[in-house]
Amino acid sequence: MSSRIPLPYAPRVLELFQNPKNLGRMEDATVIASAGSPACGDMIAFYLKIDETDTITKSSFESYGCASNIAAASQLTIMIENKTLEESWNFTWNDVSEALGGLPSVKTHCGSLAVGALRRAIRTYFNEIKKSKPDWLPGALTKDEKHALEEEALAEKLGKKYKLL
Amino acid sequence: MSEIDKLLDQHGKAITEVYLDWENGSKIEKEVLDAMIPFYLDRKFGNPAITHRFGWETYDFYIGAKKTIAKPLNINPQSLAITQSFTESNNIAIKGIVKANKKKKKIILSEVEHLSVIHAAKSLYDEGVKVEIIPVTNDGVVNLDILQEKLDDDTLLVSIQAVNHEIGTIQPVKEAYEIVKDKNEEIIFHSDATSAFGRLPLDYSKLEVDLATISSDRILGPKGIAGLYVKEGIKIRPLYEGQLSVEILSPDVENSPLLAGFAKAVELQFARFDEINAETSRLRDKLLYGFQTTIPRTDINGPQGQNRAPDNVNISFLGCEGEALTVESSMNGIYASSGSACTSRVLMPSHILTAIGRKPEEAHGSLLMKLTRLNTEEEIDYVLETMPKVIKRIRSITGGIQL
Repeated sequence: MSSRIPLPYAPRVLELFQNPKNLGRMEDATVIASAGSPACGDMIAFYLKIDETDTITKSSFESYGCASNIAAASQLTIMIENKTLEESWNFTWNDVSEALGGLPSVKTHCGSLAVGALRRAIRTYFNEIKKSKPDWLPGALTKDEKHALEEEALAEKLGKKYKLL
Repeated sequence: MSEIDKLLDQHGKAITEVYLDWENGSKIEKEVLDAMIPFYLDRKFGNPAITHRFGWETYDFYIGAKKTIAKPLNINPQSLAITQSFTESNNIAIKGIVKANKKKKKIILSEVEHLSVIHAAKSLYDEGVKVEIIPVTNDGVVNLDILQEKLDDDTLLVSIQAVNHEIGTIQPVKEAYEIVKDKNEEIIFHSDATSAFGRLPLDYSKLEVDLATISSDRILGPKGIAGLYVKEGIKIRPLYEGQLSVEILSPDVENSPLLAGFAKAVELQFARFDEINAETSRLRDKLLYGFQTTIPRTDINGPQGQNRAPDNVNISFLGCEGEALTVESSMNGIYASSGSACTSRVLMPSHILTAIGRKPEEAHGSLLMKLTRLNTEEEIDYVLETMPKVIKRIRSITGGIQL
């Protein structure tokens, strides 16, 4: 496997990989969203339990992805605990990456994908459950949401290239 | 404490450790190191191209060591060029042939060649070189009908590996060579035998090729030294210029300690050739079929039985992402690699696994293990006992994500 290059992780990535916080499907989730695609080798599902004050009381994740992907998703669930949706929306991939002690540059997209999945969940909540859009929620897609879309588009391209999907 | 120290501290160290990532990094044995030491510390460090006692002593050794390495290939030691890596050998085989033969412009390769072959060929686009890629079967076998179709009057070089480095496919080199030479005697045939040397009989007096790559580190010799067999009469040029040295294709100062280590590794591997390969084949099958029996949703990548190189284990665990798999295996003391996109900087799955029709999510869940004469039955038992829980944990993280 010629082009395989080992990537040094910050200890926090390994710690969360070993003992991921908030792992697993949530049966009574208010909203569920996923980002990425198995074809890309990178997929995160987020489960959020949201109360009547638009606060995240509980969140969990599942990840089909590398150690960074798992750690980024887990880290984000820790960061958004008991935060309002507006506060949670404002976390960026950079915040996730910093909390993990930095991600190798080739892995920054893992943080971005976690944020993309969370934002998708928040949008879904307002679109489908609240059926209203708060002022702080941007109309246009943010960078991290676009990243998730790009990755899904890449998966489709890969699939077509190998005539598999 | 450095960040890496902290990382390793967090990682911990398993009580039992089994190293199976020989494809990506190998060690040498004490016996090999002992063979190298005199060339670092004692007399034989002289330059074999110089006319004094130290030089002649080294020259005498140099010729002898090349004989040792050439012997299992049944070739004239003079036709074995010593290089610094199989990557260099493959680059010389492709670019050196193009440099020396300007008239014809087409190179034909298989889709599953090592990237050092594929990239070397594609780097010549600017010089007007055309590269044709031959597809493979689901077992990774080069499609010879398509090879035949692609051969034409403009074809300069065909490069077909002897064994695939990732999935262990033994390629029909003899048949490919005959097809090529039937078309035109002048078409040059290179075979990257990096993963075959020491694993399969390679008697180049019978199994004909014009050029072949071999490497020291693949048979537990030192890194930094490899070989390129060039049949007498083949026109080839070095890739860079240097002083007048014994080696024309790699004009550096001869590295006698590495050559001594290479020669010793050849002796060790070939003295017990049949025994080593019978044993690794047995352990290979024990691993492959053991995984299939104890772990659900697995798929063997590459051929089985006699058609597979004796040292190669490559299996996909569906619902597992390979990078996470290598990290979790590592924490359990098992060291292997994956064809997952996440383990590469380009974030693309292994070109070999996609060439044999594996879906990206199957390629992402692949694990490559190789066996050498140093692996033991106890190690394989430990791997078989441990991997089910490794897979179970990674699958528990994947959870309900639909694959």
